[in-house]
Amino acid sequence: MKRFLTLSVAALCVVSLAVTAQNAVPEIAFDSSPNALLLTDDIYLGEVGGVAANSKGDVFVYTRTGHPTISLGTSRAFAHGGSRLFQFDRTGKYVRELGQNSYAMLFAQQVRIDPQDNVWIVDQMANSVNKLDSTGRVQMLLGRKPESIPVPAAAPRGGGAAAEGARGRGGLPGEGAQQDVFNRPTDVAWDAAGNVFVADGIGNARIAKFSNKGVFIKSWGSRGNGQGQFATVNAIVVDAQGNVYAADPGNKRIQVFDNNGTFKTEYTNIGAPSALCITPGPNQVIYSSNSNPPEDIDSGGEIYKLKLDGTVLGKFGRAGKLPKEFGTVNSIDCRSENNLLVGEIVNMRVQKITLR
Amino acid sequence: MKSCLALVLAVAFVWCPRLASAQQKATVQNVPEIAYTSVPNFLKPPPGETLGEAVGIATNSKGHIFVYFRSANTRLWEFDKNGVFIKEIGKGYYGFEFAHSVRVDAADNIWTVDEGTNVVTKFSPEGRVLMVLGRRPPAVEGAVASAAGPNPPAQKYIFCRPTDVAWDPQGNIFVSDGYCNNRVVKFDKNGRFLAQAGSERAGREPGQFSLPHGLQVDGQGNVWVADRTNNRYQVLDNNLKPIKTYDNLGTGWTICISQGPHQYVFPSNSNPNGNPPGSWENTGEIYKMELDGTMIGKFGHASKEVGGFQVVHMLDCRNPNEIFVGEIESWRIQKLVLQQPGSAKTSSNGR
Repeated sequence: MKRFLTLSVAALCVVSLAVTAQNAVPEIAFDSSPNALLLTDDIYLGEVGGVAANSKGDVFVYTRTGHPTISLGTSRAFAHGGSRLFQFDRTGKYVRELGQNSYAMLFAQQVRIDPQDNVWIVDQMANSVNKLDSTGRVQMLLGRKPESIPVPAAAPRGGGAAAEGARGRGGLPGEGAQQDVFNRPTDVAWDAAGNVFVADGIGNARIAKFSNKGVFIKSWGSRGNGQGQFATVNAIVVDAQGNVYAADPGNKRIQVFDNNGTFKTEYTNIGAPSALCITPGPNQVIYSSNSNPPEDIDSGGEIYKLKLDGTVLGKFGRAGKLPKEFGTVNSIDCRSENNLLVGEIVNMRVQKITLR
Repeated sequence: MKSCLALVLAVAFVWCPRLASAQQKATVQNVPEIAYTSVPNFLKPPPGETLGEAVGIATNSKGHIFVYFRSANTRLWEFDKNGVFIKEIGKGYYGFEFAHSVRVDAADNIWTVDEGTNVVTKFSPEGRVLMVLGRRPPAVEGAVASAAGPNPPAQKYIFCRPTDVAWDPQGNIFVSDGYCNNRVVKFDKNGRFLAQAGSERAGREPGQFSLPHGLQVDGQGNVWVADRTNNRYQVLDNNLKPIKTYDNLGTGWTICISQGPHQYVFPSNSNPNGNPPGSWENTGEIYKMELDGTMIGKFGHASKEVGGFQVVHMLDCRNPNEIFVGEIESWRIQKLVLQQPGSAKTSSNGR
């Protein structure tokens, strides 16, 4: 009994310490602009995979607008459509759609804008990363859409070969079978030299590095919870020094690597990081979302603001369905440190957030 | 191998599992007939276009009519009170795949329940998305096989082929869920889970359901559930405790409760899908009752002709004397004008 009591007291101490740590993170006051994007009568956002702004303030939203259509009565089942890429101007006015009838817009995962204002879209089902110029013309493709879709598809969750990811030649689960054959990729980022980093991400558990010409350089990571391993990689950002920050929500951490993939450190006090962004400019900060899972809005959902060394500067928001609440954030744009764009899965919307 | 795949495909796409609803003759006796007329060709769709399975029908406070239906795509159309087409809402919207219900709340927001995407959506009166309940299964996780064995446990914020939505006077949200879960869920007005009755498992005890197919909430906050495969209606209190059962009204397909201080209840013993032999003689009628269960009358019968019904899927009864009926198998909306009890007997359309 006494031992039990001691244990309980110890447990209480741990709990209260944890609570103290949570409480120590300052709340950042913020507002959400109503009607951040002015949709026309025929434009509806679905689940927002990605939202990003370019240097002019134009906003790009890559969104899941329907299920891909499977063609029947063919020798194999082919998938078409399912996602769309919309552009809005800085006032939120709808401008146009890019990539209409693209071969590989099946399941929107992310959109990012590089320093030259190219629009990069990551498609989790087409297994491709597509670089479009600002007019929507295709500039580069990494990965390739599978020719046909197996129907019925999908190994069960949490087990089987598909879930652990492809092995390299004699390698570990999640390392990836080939250099730019992706399995449910999630994000893309660039260093100052223009090297491209792809988070390959859910089906595999690795990060692939390409030159600015799309030449494969190297890949690192495999499935697991050790240093340099990932449960999944859901987001990556690269800082001005070329360090790579990878969101590993299953292991509740951000891992930091140098430009060649050598593990440096990890940050573990910020929930399950599921979406990341990094500000430009000299004093960079990272925003990291502890996104709530779609089946639960009763915990989590807050977004943290971090210094590059992992110091938590503050947090804001919580899971929910109202304005100023978040429904499974999948994308954050922080081109401006105090004016964020937040894209949500379950709430099918983009919120324009102003931090005070 | 190839033929095997073809077979699998054929099975996956043709065999759409659906709980067969046995036809059920209502046992309630001596119910007076209410005479009515059906206004011919009331709705005017856009030129060259047509309704499909008209599973969802609702009106707002201005008398505008919302029809949520299954055509090549699932669509939501708004008409004015004279049946003139105004506009389409939700074109290309991710939460539309297989329509099941549309309802309009006290503030004229339009709510859709989509059985294909498992999503319940609150649209503003202008048709913009205000709130999303549930989540569409992600395509990237592959085709969903029809699982054998018991249903997985119901989750608070995820639906499994939900069927209907309603609100109490405080704005709390009630969802009937549905074809694979067998429960009624209560959320607060901000979409946060409060309670559920039933579970993923079907059952016959009070407070259990077998295909809860529609629901409405009366002015006291009581929840009326069309418990279809159990061939009954259940009434729950506002905290989802069962308080009453009606098992003499045939199969509980759908239910409507009129507005205003004196509310009436309209349950429908709809004729079953596919019109099995003998079903037209036994089913297809709609009842009109007081909230305390006192029977007032009944109207309608199964028939493919105008004035008859082909699987009534939903009713609008904002005005208890003007009923809008949405049918699955006749692809139409009918506006019915009910005559007052005691006035002339059945019209040529009624029986």
